Amino acid sequence: MTPRELMFYADAIVAVMTAAVVVLNRNPVVCALSLVLHLCSVAVFFLLLDASFLFAVQIILYAGAIMVLFLFVIMLLDPAGEGVVGRTGRIQVSVAIASAAVLLLGAAKLVPALAAPDQAAQPAAEFGQVMSVGRLLFTSYLFPFELASILLLVAMIGAMHMGKKGESE
Amino acid sequence: MIDLLIGPGVAATLVKIAVVLGVVMTVVGNIVLVERKVAGWIQDRIGPNRAGPWGLLQPLADGIKFIFKEDVIPGQAFKTLYMVAPVLSLTTALTAFAVIPFADKFVILGRQVAPIIADLDVGLLWIFAVASMGVYGIVLAGWASNNKYSLIGGLRSSAQMISYELSMTLSVVGVLMAASSLRLADIVNAQAGSVWNAVSQPIGFLVFMVSAFAETNRLPFDLPEAEPELVAGYHTEYSGIPFLMFYMAEYANVILSSSLMVLLFCGGWHLPLIEPMLDSVSPAMAGLAHLGIFSLKLGAFLFLYIWVRWTLPRFRYDQLMGLGWKVMLPLALINVVWTAFIILAGWI
Repeated sequence: MTPRELMFYADAIVAVMTAAVVVLNRNPVVCALSLVLHLCSVAVFFLLLDASFLFAVQIILYAGAIMVLFLFVIMLLDPAGEGVVGRTGRIQVSVAIASAAVLLLGAAKLVPALAAPDQAAQPAAEFGQVMSVGRLLFTSYLFPFELASILLLVAMIGAMHMGKKGESE
Repeated sequence: MIDLLIGPGVAATLVKIAVVLGVVMTVVGNIVLVERKVAGWIQDRIGPNRAGPWGLLQPLADGIKFIFKEDVIPGQAFKTLYMVAPVLSLTTALTAFAVIPFADKFVILGRQVAPIIADLDVGLLWIFAVASMGVYGIVLAGWASNNKYSLIGGLRSSAQMISYELSMTLSVVGVLMAASSLRLADIVNAQAGSVWNAVSQPIGFLVFMVSAFAETNRLPFDLPEAEPELVAGYHTEYSGIPFLMFYMAEYANVILSSSLMVLLFCGGWHLPLIEPMLDSVSPAMAGLAHLGIFSLKLGAFLFLYIWVRWTLPRFRYDQLMGLGWKVMLPLALINVVWTAFIILAGWI
């Protein structure tokens, strides 16, 4: 096993375990923090593919900016960290089973690739570097990129409108 | 990037880590003494002068005091996170130094030495990534202490750091446009070829400097630990070594942002009039001279940090947020447009 493979498996274990904690733990702050760790371990996957730009962006945006806001809201709403009372009803169980089935079907598709890792597609040398990501964003994906930013703008204006509503009444 | 861990040259990297860590920690210890001395002069006092000649042993005395103090953990605190928070703060503050180049590559005793631990192609993004993790240390300290002053301090600091991180990142966009690289050494060398970014992008420099003060939670932006309102903010409950770690993290962050101001805006290890003279001396001497120039500039910014802290009063919280969102963010955007203009006009 090469050092790179060893790091991949070690990171994979961390990723799965932190993801499990996010779902299983009852303390919302602990859940949010394990999600941060999970996102960092996903960033390490990018690093193992030599996609240094994606690695940095994943940490800055998801593990840094977005999760800090999550934590912020959790702490404001539930400062004592008493935990939410979870309820597991029939609907939740059936939805869980259905989504697990879909995910397993997807995983089954991946099995042939896992059996022959040498045939799996190798990423290009410049995969996930600043230059290649930037070029894609401003050529092939320019329209979806602009569309996403308009969507975010709409969401932001909507949030501000809803936030102001209470004041005027 | 991953080759740093598993490739050849791991031994050299480890030596560099030891050297950088040693130097940074020594500076952290002594900058506290400098801060107290300068504060003394500014307030027309003498400052610490009991421990050793001119108070030079004060850092040692402080260190011993911290080590022998009791680590108090409040009964209702979330113990694991309470202990993790200071570690997180200090680790992130020190990890960022991995991508700081202290001088140009130079040849000494027949070996080429690069005075940088990890010469990443996304060096600047690495610093922002690590800094965004550093916020958690403060937020968690505030939450895990189970104390209302700590919690409010933690919340204030996270809000402040998120707000100023935006304008700080945006103010650097101009620098990236001028150098067209995220590698810090490339940014420095691009400035050596033309003018310092502080000259060509004065607005960007101003925004970066103000945001850096806010990011390090220093006066006039030290709202997270405003004594009259919040006792000591997020570290109210901490004592002994955990408190020392927060303290060291603050000063490590001050050194980090000072080095960033030197590298990004003030030409790094270059000095216009000295540079032609260095061509005639041996490469090793030139390397050392670069190191000296970098240290001098760094010292000047560290002094500025202390000077500002003991001169300006604290902002009110709404003023702080208003400044960040309504003044600094638009100014940073103006700087991006200005930089695009001067690049297109061919001025730099």
